Amino acid sequence: MKVKLEFSGGMDLLFGNKKMHEVELAETNGKRWTVGRVIMWARENLLTERPELFMKGDSVRPGILVLVNDCDWELSGTLDCELQDGDTVTFISTLHGG
Amino acid sequence: MAPAEEPRGDELEQKERELALLKQRMALLEQEVADARRRQQHAAASTTAQDGPPPPRSFACSHSLSKEHVQRYSRHLLLPSFGLSAQERLCQGSVLIVGCGGLGSPAALYLAASGVGTLGLVDHDVVDLSNLHRQIIHTEARVGVHKATSAAQACAALNSLVKVNTHMDGFNPANALEIVRGYDVVLDATDNPTTRYLINDACVVLGKPLVSAAAVGTDGQLTVYNYGEDAPCYRCLFPESPAPENCSRCADAGVLGPVPGAMGVLQAVEVVKLLGGVGDVLAKKLLIFDALAGRFTTVRLRGKRTECVACGLCPSITRENLAAYDYVAFTGQAPTDAAPSLSVLPPSLRVTPQQLQGVMSSAAVSGRAPPAVLDVRPANQFSLMHLPNATHIPFEQLDAKVEEVKDLIRGSKCVECSGGGSAEIGEQRPEAGLYVMCRRGNNSQLAVARLRELGVLNAVDVVGGMENWAKSLDPSMPVI
Ligand SMILES: [Zn+2]
Repeated sequence: MKVKLEFSGGMDLLFGNKKMHEVELAETNGKRWTVGRVIMWARENLLTERPELFMKGDSVRPGILVLVNDCDWELSGTLDCELQDGDTVTFISTLHGG
Repeated sequence: MAPAEEPRGDELEQKERELALLKQRMALLEQEVADARRRQQHAAASTTAQDGPPPPRSFACSHSLSKEHVQRYSRHLLLPSFGLSAQERLCQGSVLIVGCGGLGSPAALYLAASGVGTLGLVDHDVVDLSNLHRQIIHTEARVGVHKATSAAQACAALNSLVKVNTHMDGFNPANALEIVRGYDVVLDATDNPTTRYLINDACVVLGKPLVSAAAVGTDGQLTVYNYGEDAPCYRCLFPESPAPENCSRCADAGVLGPVPGAMGVLQAVEVVKLLGGVGDVLAKKLLIFDALAGRFTTVRLRGKRTECVACGLCPSITRENLAAYDYVAFTGQAPTDAAPSLSVLPPSLRVTPQQLQGVMSSAAVSGRAPPAVLDVRPANQFSLMHLPNATHIPFEQLDAKVEEVKDLIRGSKCVECSGGGSAEIGEQRPEAGLYVMCRRGNNSQLAVARLRELGVLNAVDVVGGMENWAKSLDPSMPVI
């Protein structure tokens, strides 16, 4: 299945300076792809720098908002949210400057 | 009749809110009376000059706007989606702008121009030359002036109908509630998470909507917190503060001037909508601006979190205890956007710029090779200026290029040795094999520490980096 992973608010710097990654996730004997699994997958396969700037424990670090198809992942089950073919997962680092 | 009862907690809050509103209304009326008197005097002066009583009024109207108001705000009054009643509400409304920087500058100017009744301006800092590329409310002539004063002057010059208050001591737990109480809406235009959490909490406990924006680099974000029944607050979205190293600062990461400009203008739009009572307020939504892609995106946010410590069902942050809350401990950061000053190396591994300059000039005098200097700043800073003979390896690439570093040290040593390595010269020779330089002296320490882990034991850091070199040795150096 194909999903898009998008990195915003400077997160792209951790992922090879690329804001949009279109990735193919292999079917693994019936085990569904959740956002939690995709986070681990992105860490193993896409992250180019310092994992502590992306993750804390098995989730994203504080200060990162996660969206599934432009909706806050709190509205769809956070780590357990199941992804469908064609979905977009967005990671936004909150900004503080002004 | 039932005996009079003590008002319940929520009734008391309601009454306090009413009282605050009435006080505000009173201040506004006082201002209006003063303005009217001023205009009457003007009019009297001009009629005496014309010799004769003013002609009787030949028109009818039932609104609070003067001729001056009508002329000035005519394009708002013509607008079907805004019009007279929204302008009247805007003229009676008040907004507090916390931070007169990149976001606050355009927000304050547009809100003053649009005719908001009262504008409160908070800052604690003075105008610096490096502010002017984006903080367009200030001027070259006002470098060194308090930002709130400078911004108030600009607003007053733009629209004398607006009442402008300055709050000169910045925004802190001790004064937050007292300041916020006097306004209808708050605009967060600050530059650090510590103050952002404080503003959020003050707005939640006093029931004020919070128009919040941020900008770093070429990205901007905007949302309205604590508005309506179920919109989230800042803590609902970010219950845990990000670690200091995860907060990019304009002072480090840079910022494209018009990006905070665009976000500040959008904050003014939201305030005008809120006070005017028109349109859909950007609550429960986050607007994201990607300047490089030329793209605005709006995404849907969660509602209130029932367990939120500020706005949830059983909040632990209240009016009574907010002043005592330790925001610096919560975020681990001082309430500024300045980078923390690190001290991770023992004094034996640090030299001052003067010491390094001494080593460089004694090498030049005696014809020895110059000391090995490693500059670990990003490429764009290195290309602005660097020490002569400095080798450039950005901090992030140290691990990958450690052999290059070792070669650099061997190279400079070999030259020294072949120059006749007697004991006397050895005593004058620098102990260090490598001088590590960065912008402010933080990364150079981390680089020396990392190099030690990688087996390079004779590197030292130059205290305070290029900034300190410029300050203590060469003011002509173009440091940033
Ligand atoms: Zn909340």
